[in-house]
Amino acid sequence: MAEREQIKKTPSKTEEETVEDIPTTSKKGEELKAELDDLLDEIDEVLEENAEDFVRAYVQKGGE
Amino acid sequence: MAIVKVLGLETEYGIIIRGATEPNPIAASSTLINAYVAELSRKVSWDFEDETPGRDARGFAREGAMPPEVETHLVNAVLTNGARYYVDHAHPEFSTPECADVWDALLYDKAGELILARSVEAAGRLLPPGQSLMVLKNNSDGKGNSYGTHENYLMDRALPFARIVQHVMPHFVSRQVFTGAGKVGTEAASTGGIDVDFQLTQRADFFEEEVGLETTLKRPIVNTRDEPHCDAGKYRRLHVIVGDANMSEVATFLKVGTTALVLSMIEDDWFSRAGRDFTLQSPVASMRRVSYDRELTRPIPLADGRSMTALEMQWEHLDLARKYAEDRGLDSVGGSQTGNEILRRWEEVLTGLESDPMSLARQLDWVAKYRMIEGYRERHGLDWHSPKLAAMDLQYHDVRPERSLYARAGMERLLDPDAIARAVTEPPETTRAYFRGKCLQRWASAIAAANWDSVVFDLGKDPLRRVPMMEPLRGTRAHVEELLSSVSSPAELLDRLGS
Repeated sequence: MAEREQIKKTPSKTEEETVEDIPTTSKKGEELKAELDDLLDEIDEVLEENAEDFVRAYVQKGGE
Repeated sequence: MAIVKVLGLETEYGIIIRGATEPNPIAASSTLINAYVAELSRKVSWDFEDETPGRDARGFAREGAMPPEVETHLVNAVLTNGARYYVDHAHPEFSTPECADVWDALLYDKAGELILARSVEAAGRLLPPGQSLMVLKNNSDGKGNSYGTHENYLMDRALPFARIVQHVMPHFVSRQVFTGAGKVGTEAASTGGIDVDFQLTQRADFFEEEVGLETTLKRPIVNTRDEPHCDAGKYRRLHVIVGDANMSEVATFLKVGTTALVLSMIEDDWFSRAGRDFTLQSPVASMRRVSYDRELTRPIPLADGRSMTALEMQWEHLDLARKYAEDRGLDSVGGSQTGNEILRRWEEVLTGLESDPMSLARQLDWVAKYRMIEGYRERHGLDWHSPKLAAMDLQYHDVRPERSLYARAGMERLLDPDAIARAVTEPPETTRAYFRGKCLQRWASAIAAANWDSVVFDLGKDPLRRVPMMEPLRGTRAHVEELLSSVSSPAELLDRLGS
């Protein structure tokens, strides 16, 4: 564990980035959330019409 | 010194035919591949002479083991990009050509998806009205049946197999935190009392042994198939069956990149030199424990009495890999630029997983899939057992971009789409696949058969003439481009090669 702390903390660049990271991360979080909402709006158009039949019919033989 | 990690990925795709009265997956797979191949100028069949999948890395062979395709006489083609495209059991399977680094392995894996998507279109033109094929790049039907995605890595034959097993197993178990493609629910007989609504991987439920030769029953975490498809005195091919099929380019890049690096470290005995041993107390149970741990906080017990989370174990591997890179260089994994990109992305993903896994929704399959499914579940107030969620899980992996949920997830892309399109027909330039692919592009009608380690020419009158290719890094563009452009016929090529 001690060494792991080391790699994460040694480069001073990483520390600077960490400080700036907070606003970027939450902005990124908002972006991701907005994208997810858009995706969820259109998902029913893409999903197979009868999900239950589709899932039941999807049976595979084991492979490899 | 670690040898260059020549790589390849094999993927068995899931397939169903819709609208047929008696759906037959073998016939559907044959239709799919035949439809694609029929659009190519001429089909070249695979040559089985050197295929012995029953041979075991531990030093024995099973009697009577035959290449499965010989038993079933199914479609089997070699493509001009050097890949193999065939029916294996009841699935279409695509094997990438041999690649000299992780970038090419990723490129040809994605080209494979495009080939499958084009095959679905081509088959659609041949099927009766009302019927259609659906092909998924996943590893489970959600009902206890699994099919594989296999990675292959060239390794030094001199290395004791037991050492590979000892040090690669902890990586296979812990890398699941970024290699997982995500799955709703569980197909394991027992989850050890853990409630599993969504897990990190498709495959963890299906592993029952630590080490073994099987791939279809009692699947082992480390597979011992010993079939190098090259000079067996110098090399072994580590056949890795424990991974998921990834849609995410970042996930494939890291799955293959970190594993190639860890294998190089094992070849250079790096773990022992550093006094590190992550041998797990119970690898099979740990596979599932990690896969069932969406919060990434459950420790797994090591044989020496310590315990750590998969994420902590991955940080330790990264730390060792950095020191290895400084000391030994990164030539075995594609050079310093590629190797450093593996290290950089590895750290980036571990950092993201540690702070907030959901921040990796554009990088990792399991995160993207989980967010989408959990978001839909919440919005519609659904139970985890809802067929809608199972349908979303499956459709994440649809190879048709217009039906794929992956394609809508806004995932980070590492490859240029034009490069993927070129890789559908053009071979990699830095392995023997170049020679195979270029010969097929020019002289398919004079090639009787091809396999990984030879091309067999039929010039019409003489006996068939086999060009052996026992060295995966010979037959590259640098080696043979001039020769190929200076000859005008296969007969002339064979004369010049002296074979």
